Amino acid sequence: MRFTEEHEWLRLDGDVVVVGITEHAAEQLGDVVFVELPEVEAMVAKGDEICVIESVKAASDILAPVDGEIVEVNEALVDTPGLVNDDPQGDAWFFKMKIDDTSILDDFMGEDDYKDFLG
Amino acid sequence: MTGGQSPAHAGSDGAGMTEQTLKRTPLHALHVAQGARMVPFAGYDMPVQFPLGVMGEHLHTRAQAGLFDVSHMGQVILRGPDADVALERLVPVALKELPVGRQRYAMFTDSSGGILDDLMVARREGHLFLVVNAARKDHDIAHLRAGLPEVEVTEVTDRALLALQGPRACDALAALIPDVAQMRFMDVASHDWQGATLWVSRSGYTGEDGFEISVPEALAEAFAQALLALEWVAPIGLGARDSLRLEAGLCLYGNDIDTGTTPVEAGLPWAIQKVRRRGGAREGGFPGANVILHQLENGPERQRVGLLPEGRAPMRAGTKLFAAEGDGSPVGQITSGGFAPSLGRPVAMGYLPARLSAPESLIWAELRGKRLPVRVGRLPFRPSTYCK
Repeated sequence: MRFTEEHEWLRLDGDVVVVGITEHAAEQLGDVVFVELPEVEAMVAKGDEICVIESVKAASDILAPVDGEIVEVNEALVDTPGLVNDDPQGDAWFFKMKIDDTSILDDFMGEDDYKDFLG
Repeated sequence: MTGGQSPAHAGSDGAGMTEQTLKRTPLHALHVAQGARMVPFAGYDMPVQFPLGVMGEHLHTRAQAGLFDVSHMGQVILRGPDADVALERLVPVALKELPVGRQRYAMFTDSSGGILDDLMVARREGHLFLVVNAARKDHDIAHLRAGLPEVEVTEVTDRALLALQGPRACDALAALIPDVAQMRFMDVASHDWQGATLWVSRSGYTGEDGFEISVPEALAEAFAQALLALEWVAPIGLGARDSLRLEAGLCLYGNDIDTGTTPVEAGLPWAIQKVRRRGGAREGGFPGANVILHQLENGPERQRVGLLPEGRAPMRAGTKLFAAEGDGSPVGQITSGGFAPSLGRPVAMGYLPARLSAPESLIWAELRGKRLPVRVGRLPFRPSTYCK
């Protein structure tokens, strides 16, 4: 699993990248009450705001961590936003992306680096 | 992930202040010890949430009792033989008849009928006691001194202010001070506890029964600890304070009311007694009376309404409202909004033209470039449970 400075995680599953938010991010957000997901087949660019996550007190965005095509989204989060708090780094993945070059994942932090980043 | 700011508080927090300059309430150390997440708010370092979390704190307050630190708010004493009649020059509220031991909701108005702040006015033995918003207290005290030269205006700076709210608030406070159970909504009284005098009112900002308690600062932590020792009392942060007041349809100064809104537009005409209205014995005589009295007789052109988004997306302050899905120009905007934990759905408040403000009216909100349907609802969203 790889991590971004925006507190997202990326995991390679075959030739697609699965993306979610980290346990730290879920804890900071508090109880998630609303999730809006991107459209399947959307072409997104790194840094695009493609998901909305809202807790009782705040709204946040998830950025596309890399360029690519959205190939699947986790509809369960729409019906049960609280999954994001229950299992942020497991069942509560947000979307899967097809990307050209999976070696780009090496550019992101590993688990130890992310822990250091959190301080 | 980006964002994570609390839009509900963005309007009135201490933006730009460094930690060194943030003031602390007498309960600051207790909040930190209880694991609060602290944020700058109105120049103070305040707890936005405790380990229970905003949702849990909100639901706990509705089910049991929640303890809030509101020591950042301004406590002001007015003394003088005719302080009550004098204060009527700044507010459209009748105070001359206010009996000892009662309080009223009021607002300072400006010459165009806008609201400079909202406040509580209590008549205690020998003086008036005011509680004003944290972000406005310096303004309000200057406004009182300038407007009421014959009145002695004293800011109380050596007392904490706590709120205890919820269906078991009375059980909790009565466990310490049995006599408070006799109080009714908007009563005020002094009660002794451990050798100190507490100034208690039966009121709050959640829609629940409860109390607001002014405590000498030296005793504040012990008093809070005595309440928190009861298993049904939990500490509650500013996050849940905001979601609770939103469900109760109560205005947040700086969001739902400000100098651009009048008390009539804000749906607060009940706070303006007959004696201050046209034909009353003390008609007018407050800033903006011509505007406000005209609106009371003819109805305002726009008014604050409750809003129920038809979908699940929360709609926050600043969201623009449209009469029709394809309209180019907005007819109003949301002033407070978010997820309502007790209702399990998003709710909001905002201003709409009178013709669109009837309950059940369908309007449209623009969220992230999309137009989404919203129904006008009734306020409060959840019936209040005051001890009347």
